[in-house]
Amino acid sequence: MNVPENLKYSNDHEWVRVEGDVAYVGVTDFAQSQLGDIVFVEIETEGEEVAQNEEFGTIEAVKTVSSLMMPVSGEVLEVNEALEDSPESVNSDPYGEGWMIKISIEDASQLDALLSAEQYKAIL
Amino acid sequence: MKTTAFTQYHIELGARMAEFAGYNMPIEYNTGIKDEHNCVREKLGVFDVSHMGEFWVEGPKAFEFVQKITTNNVADLTDGKVQYTCMPNGKGGIVDDLLVYRFREDKYLLVVNAANIDKDFAWASKYAKELGMEIGKELINVSEEWCQLAIQGPLALKAMQKMTDTTVEDMEYYTFKELSFGGIERVCFSTTGYTGSGGCEIYAKNEDADKLWKAVFEAGKEFGIQPIGLGARDTLRLEAGFCLYGNDIDDEHCPIEAGLGWITKFVDGNDFVDREYNEKMKAEKPTRWLKCIELLEKGIARHGYAIEDAEGNEIGVVTSGTVSPMTGKSIAMGYVNAPFHKRDTEVFIRIRKKTAKGKIVRSFM
Repeated sequence: MNVPENLKYSNDHEWVRVEGDVAYVGVTDFAQSQLGDIVFVEIETEGEEVAQNEEFGTIEAVKTVSSLMMPVSGEVLEVNEALEDSPESVNSDPYGEGWMIKISIEDASQLDALLSAEQYKAIL
Repeated sequence: MKTTAFTQYHIELGARMAEFAGYNMPIEYNTGIKDEHNCVREKLGVFDVSHMGEFWVEGPKAFEFVQKITTNNVADLTDGKVQYTCMPNGKGGIVDDLLVYRFREDKYLLVVNAANIDKDFAWASKYAKELGMEIGKELINVSEEWCQLAIQGPLALKAMQKMTDTTVEDMEYYTFKELSFGGIERVCFSTTGYTGSGGCEIYAKNEDADKLWKAVFEAGKEFGIQPIGLGARDTLRLEAGFCLYGNDIDDEHCPIEAGLGWITKFVDGNDFVDREYNEKMKAEKPTRWLKCIELLEKGIARHGYAIEDAEGNEIGVVTSGTVSPMTGKSIAMGYVNAPFHKRDTEVFIRIRKKTAKGKIVRSFM
């Protein structure tokens, strides 16, 4: 299972890549492998403030619907629109082309409470 | 959790396993549901369907018994023919959908859904006793002793022909033969299945499971055969517009509402359970119908989602839904109130905070 060292992780299997005061968010390799073929990603919170552990969108596999949860509070600045036509990127490249949202970070201290790669591997 | 004779093979192949109807079953293998789905549509794939239930019905009362408990006309069957049918529950609902195989005039095989084996056997036993049949002798549950593989797809019969000297390639749809296959002295080779892509289902005794598995994969190797999990089994049957018991048909809906009028035969001599109810339903027309719905806007309909009209009034409920791996279209089945059930009618599926427009279609394929 691919768990890059440079990312932070939530218990809900989202990853966070911090770049200054913004961050990119997606779901982990483990999450996509458990979900199976992703057929639809729906995110309609662009421009909205979403609190930590609140839903920012939904992800649908062939058989299941799952909520996408905010790993830290912030505004959804940008949505990866490429996922509309190619949701399968979440399967093939979960940490790259399969990114989901770019957010502003409201409270940097929330980042410290996220899991490191090592801690995340331990819960899989 | 119960296992089938093939469980160890699935685990060794790296399948994602989960419980289904009390059995440890493969949901998907390494290449995923979409790839497995397309493999069946284009080539051939193998499903472990050993969890299905099998009941023998034998003796002088066999015909009368099967005719009584099923809606289709058993008199239409001849030796070697199979019939799709359902068992009404005496209250206007359905106990299960099933296959009836006629081996002889006084010997039939009933093949039922795994999740319903106990319920069905109890239900069947009640009627068998009323006819004075002996349970365990004239109605026998052999579900635990048999294994079954479904080999489905356009190349299935051509590939399986390699393993038997009996001609199977030109067998008609819904027929069966008892024959020797891949070193097994006798299997039941049936040109049935629930994918809409043709092929066969092979029943064998559990002790022959290893031989069967190996023979099927050896025969299919040159054609690109793959094992297929329950995930793709569901998308394949839904794309073909076939009902799944527990989702689309159940104890609450009658066969006429479910679009199963074609297996509900009101002919002389077919005095089945609930005949009167269904005949009345057919004459007076149901107020709700199980229909195929194609979504025209983004979103995926799921079991239990509401179906609405343009004004937002609830006019039905989704029973199954997915994205078709073949076409990428979002497809669903659901009960829709009349007159919205008519073809090309615009309907709206309530998906969380929004609705997605769709229309009633005859089929998806």
